[in-house]
Amino acid sequence: MDKLISNDVKTEELVLNMGPQHPSTHGVLRLVVELEGELIVNVKPYIGYLHRCFEKHCEAMTYPQVVPYTDRMDYLASMSNNLGYAIAVERLMGIEVPERVEYIRVIMAELQRIASHLVALGTYGVDIGAFTPFLYCFIAREKILNLFEMTCGARLLYNYIWVGGLSHDIHPDFVRLTKEFIEYFKPKIVELNELLSFNKIFIERTANVGILPLETAVNYGVTGPVLRASGLKWDLRKNDPYSIYHKFDFDIPVGDGRMGTVGDSWDRYFVRVREMEESLKIIEQAIDQIPDGDVKAAIPRRIKPPKGTIYSRTENPKGELGYFIISDGSVNPFRVKVRAPSFVNLAVIGEMSKGHLVADLIAILGSLDIVLGEIDR
Amino acid sequence: MGLLDREFSDGNIVIAKTEDLLNWARLSSLWQLSFGLACCAIEMMATSASHYDFDRFGVIPRPSPRQADIIIISGTVTLKMATRIKRLYEQMPDPKYIISMGSCSNCGGPYWEHGYHVLKGVDRVIPVDVYVPGCPPRPEALLEGLIKLQEKIRHETLRKKTA
Repeated sequence: MDKLISNDVKTEELVLNMGPQHPSTHGVLRLVVELEGELIVNVKPYIGYLHRCFEKHCEAMTYPQVVPYTDRMDYLASMSNNLGYAIAVERLMGIEVPERVEYIRVIMAELQRIASHLVALGTYGVDIGAFTPFLYCFIAREKILNLFEMTCGARLLYNYIWVGGLSHDIHPDFVRLTKEFIEYFKPKIVELNELLSFNKIFIERTANVGILPLETAVNYGVTGPVLRASGLKWDLRKNDPYSIYHKFDFDIPVGDGRMGTVGDSWDRYFVRVREMEESLKIIEQAIDQIPDGDVKAAIPRRIKPPKGTIYSRTENPKGELGYFIISDGSVNPFRVKVRAPSFVNLAVIGEMSKGHLVADLIAILGSLDIVLGEIDR
Repeated sequence: MGLLDREFSDGNIVIAKTEDLLNWARLSSLWQLSFGLACCAIEMMATSASHYDFDRFGVIPRPSPRQADIIIISGTVTLKMATRIKRLYEQMPDPKYIISMGSCSNCGGPYWEHGYHVLKGVDRVIPVDVYVPGCPPRPEALLEGLIKLQEKIRHETLRKKTA
């Protein structure tokens, strides 16, 4: 990088505003970039343009009424948000949910992980300058959304996983269509790899860009694919199993620096691609074993947890999603605090982009896969 | 629409009112400001993508408000964002149109009652042409909203509006 500027020419430091309306900030994020010529000295994210008062709402709502608001936090992974909240309240109340519910929940969460990663990969391509993979990713994503719509009637915000159960049972055709989707989607990953992952131009733009060393990642509390790309095998589905994830056999992909250095943008991208394969594996194992039962059997008539607190965490597509709930023994939660993965992951951007060209900032930001609804809440 | 009906036999001359011609040109190439706010922006992206294909209505995303004809307010408008949206709107050249997509930008939606930081409807800061209901609206609903806007543009007149 030092070769790019000659040291005897001193330029003035320039402050550049990126956003809140910028096509590559994935929402309404404002980045204040300090530049020395074309090199980035510092990046400061300014957030709060989508603060929708989630925690205030929770104080006024009853426990089941909070579920739709969890949908709207990470709106690319609504099912996973519902799941995290439902598990937290169930642990607080000591509810055992039926086996059938657990299986359906896992299948939904993994389908949602694929859908969320597809958006991340497709829009990452658009950020770099490749528009076609975006269209391909959205074809596959629509198929997943059709499965969800068939189950609960909504395309994006589902309100499907309730405390103690599910809002609807699955459609009789769901199992068959999910199997069809798995068969359809396996070759699509290969296609995506040929189209984008191993594309020379794409590798040039992303390999060795925005390297996140493992130590920095751990110090900042980064989780999810961003942490795993830096080389640590840390996945709550294995390390702190919830629901029935201990029953399934799957790998945790980590970044290996195949195209450059461990923890660069390409690694973060490719970890997501390989996670989709692992999610397919889990769905394949689960789809044949769904036991019979009533999905609404364990839903309590009145959700009124005893006094107490709980912190429960699940592995969202973006990272570790934690819910901290204080119950005062009434029907309304006293407080619901969310540990949002995107919020923590975004904090590391200043550290990652120092010394890079300003054009690389887009590649770095896109590889973090942030969702503003979750950052601002 | 009457524009291509009055065509002479050799096909080289078309007679039309200037109004009709301008309206026809405007409604067939509505360039959209690629600007997303929240959940609805994902449905807007899905509308632009393969299955629903916004392009066939002449809607092409433009990153700059200076090149845009239409802004789709797709998501929750917070108080902090409202001033920015107003500025974006003011930066767009005339004629400009607004589609308010989803309950949040129509009226505050699920954040109406307790959302201390949510603007209760984007029409409090900028004039809206078409409201699309839903939380979030399906892509089909957004397409319907766009067709409604095109109908509105088709009946526009060049005569000065009496205030």
